[in-house]
Amino acid sequence: MLKRIKHLWHILRRLTGDDAYDVYLKHHMEFHESSLDAPAALSRKEFFKLWQDSKWKGIKRCC
Amino acid sequence: MHKNIKIFLWLCVVSLGVAAICAIALNRGESISALWFIAAAACVYAIAYRFYAAWIAATVLTIDETRATPAERLENGRDFIPTNKWVVFGHHFAAIAGPGPLVGPTLAAQFGYLPGTLWILIGAVLGGAVQDMVTLFFSTRRNARSLGQMARDEIGPIGGAAALIGTFLIMIILIAVLGLVVVNAMKHSPWATSTVAATIPIAMLVGFYMRNFRPGRVLEASTIGVILLLLAVVGGGWIDHNESLRGLFDHEGLTLAWVIIAYGFAAAVMPVWLLLAPRDYLSTFVKLGTVTLLAVAIIILQPHIHMPAITQFTDGTGPIFGGKLFPFVFITIACGAISGFHALIASGTTPKLLANERDIRMIGYGAMLLESFVAIMAMIAATVLEPGIFFAINSPAGVVGKDAIDAIAKINSWGFAVTVDQMNQLAKDMGESSLFARTGGAPSLAVGMASIFGNAFGKSMLALWYHFAIMFEAIFILTTLDAGTRVGRFMLQDMLGNIWPKIGLTSWMPSVIFTSGLVVAGWGYFLYIGVIDPNGGVNILWPLFGIANQMLAAIALCVGTGILIKSGKFKYAWITGLPLAWLVIVTTSAAWQKIFSEDIRVGFLAAANDLTTKLMAGTLPSEKAAVAPHLIFNQQLDAYLTMFFVLVLWIVIFDTARVTLRYLVGKPLLPLTEVAHEPSRLVEDWVRD
Repeated sequence: MLKRIKHLWHILRRLTGDDAYDVYLKHHMEFHESSLDAPAALSRKEFFKLWQDSKWKGIKRCC
Repeated sequence: MHKNIKIFLWLCVVSLGVAAICAIALNRGESISALWFIAAAACVYAIAYRFYAAWIAATVLTIDETRATPAERLENGRDFIPTNKWVVFGHHFAAIAGPGPLVGPTLAAQFGYLPGTLWILIGAVLGGAVQDMVTLFFSTRRNARSLGQMARDEIGPIGGAAALIGTFLIMIILIAVLGLVVVNAMKHSPWATSTVAATIPIAMLVGFYMRNFRPGRVLEASTIGVILLLLAVVGGGWIDHNESLRGLFDHEGLTLAWVIIAYGFAAAVMPVWLLLAPRDYLSTFVKLGTVTLLAVAIIILQPHIHMPAITQFTDGTGPIFGGKLFPFVFITIACGAISGFHALIASGTTPKLLANERDIRMIGYGAMLLESFVAIMAMIAATVLEPGIFFAINSPAGVVGKDAIDAIAKINSWGFAVTVDQMNQLAKDMGESSLFARTGGAPSLAVGMASIFGNAFGKSMLALWYHFAIMFEAIFILTTLDAGTRVGRFMLQDMLGNIWPKIGLTSWMPSVIFTSGLVVAGWGYFLYIGVIDPNGGVNILWPLFGIANQMLAAIALCVGTGILIKSGKFKYAWITGLPLAWLVIVTTSAAWQKIFSEDIRVGFLAAANDLTTKLMAGTLPSEKAAVAPHLIFNQQLDAYLTMFFVLVLWIVIFDTARVTLRYLVGKPLLPLTEVAHEPSRLVEDWVRD
């Protein structure tokens, strides 16, 4: 039961973008940490700015 | 499960579906339970999804689970992210489901409940959902390219340009008509106006919270925002009862239109994080919550439908909009059955998140079915009202008369019982000063929803429910308005950037102000004309929007059909070709009638000529004579705009036909732009936790 609630919570966070920064950090760790000249990960605030702005570039809502 | 049990269960679903549709179609009694609508919809969707959609996915598109999607190949942690299918479904549904499926069925209910309901069901499973799924699939195979890019790459530059211009114009008309719906809902209603006004500072507060105070804490901020919105609905009631404050929010339609225009401009120029993004969160939460609540209420309560199956207005004399059942029911209900706009989301936005091709059926086809279900619920909410009340709310003063007694007499003469006292009592219950001639669909939908919610969760709060429903509609209409203006601005900057590169810089402020101003002026003009039109404006703008939206759907289906043929799947091309043919017939005949019909309530040119004659003869009352020149010009403009839409549509059709012919006679074509197969590295299920 607890596992199921946890799973739902996870989906809700993913759906709303609440965990976007965690996802980004994970991606950064996996793909960039290994190379020597990798840029440092963005801070939560910096990342959120970029994420929010890029999210609103295209057509996001319709009738 | 044992195979025979499965077959038996599906036979049950088929029988229940047939029974429900027969019950809806053959009922000629006093009323019919809404549960039949829900049952019919659920069975039709289940059968279509399990068999038709599965067949398209497996046989026509030949979906390949082992093939890496753009989200996997181009993953960058920001916009290309392989995502759990339920999450993608949520994003996709939230993006495609706007106010359209709520307004269209409400207006189309003037023909009775049956024509609209059947079109919502059939149009969605054979047309809209197929369009969405096919577009999503082709875009996924092309690195998430947009519809316009695919049209250019696969059909040719003409098709591409047509798709681009079509999208831009539909945006202008859409925003104008949605603005008009909000204005009509707020007109002389301090409660509604103050509640809708409060959504702006609330959204800004939420924006500030998630940008600066607690960066990225989207859930926290949204929860606070939703609570504040609910308080704003209650607070609006308090303002409505406060003699000194209520005057601040009690306005004419024209004043409100100017406020909306100013707001639209401000929202397009302001940074997204301050207003647009947070408002979007709030509207998405409120939208999903309310739609779920409505479904639960309908299932618990099983309200009865009072509207007849078919009314006498199928002959074209309907008060809400003029025109016969064919073709006008098919363009009035665009979203909810088939909507070209969805193709813009299904290409470009959603494919960037798709983890695996096998999710395409659920996301492309499934989300459209859910949107269609929203349209069915809107149809239920409109038709649970007594038909007399429904027509009293939705008939413009220009048709039934300004005076309550005249309006009632007129509606009674159509054979729908309603009294002045009944309408006054209803307005009092809903906390409004009057509910006569509140066109646009939002007020009648709100009355319908309030009576459903009121019966399910307590009748004492009818006025609260009514204004909650108005807030629910207004908040995502305004989101569409903001987002649409912004997208229109980007498109315009892109187009003008070809002439003068500097104007294409999205961060150059003079360009931002100039292009935003142009877009706002475009829709602002149509909104202004809609507000000063004595017939309510919706009767003109909504058909125009419907024609534009179906034109865009036809373009999307042309692209789909063209690619299917080029991929050597000519024998399956009917899956998009048939809905395409139907849309072409519907759109062209609707456009023809809107331009050339002799009936002044249908034909733009006839209406313009009629007004000119009356103006010359001096038979118009002075207030009408003052606005007549504007109205005449606008009717002519609408006629040319409609011609333009049809022209664009036929250009794309001929271009697609040219591609098809070249394929059939074996002449060279533009090559398919499908990205080469690359095996997926995402092992079973790790991404979908």
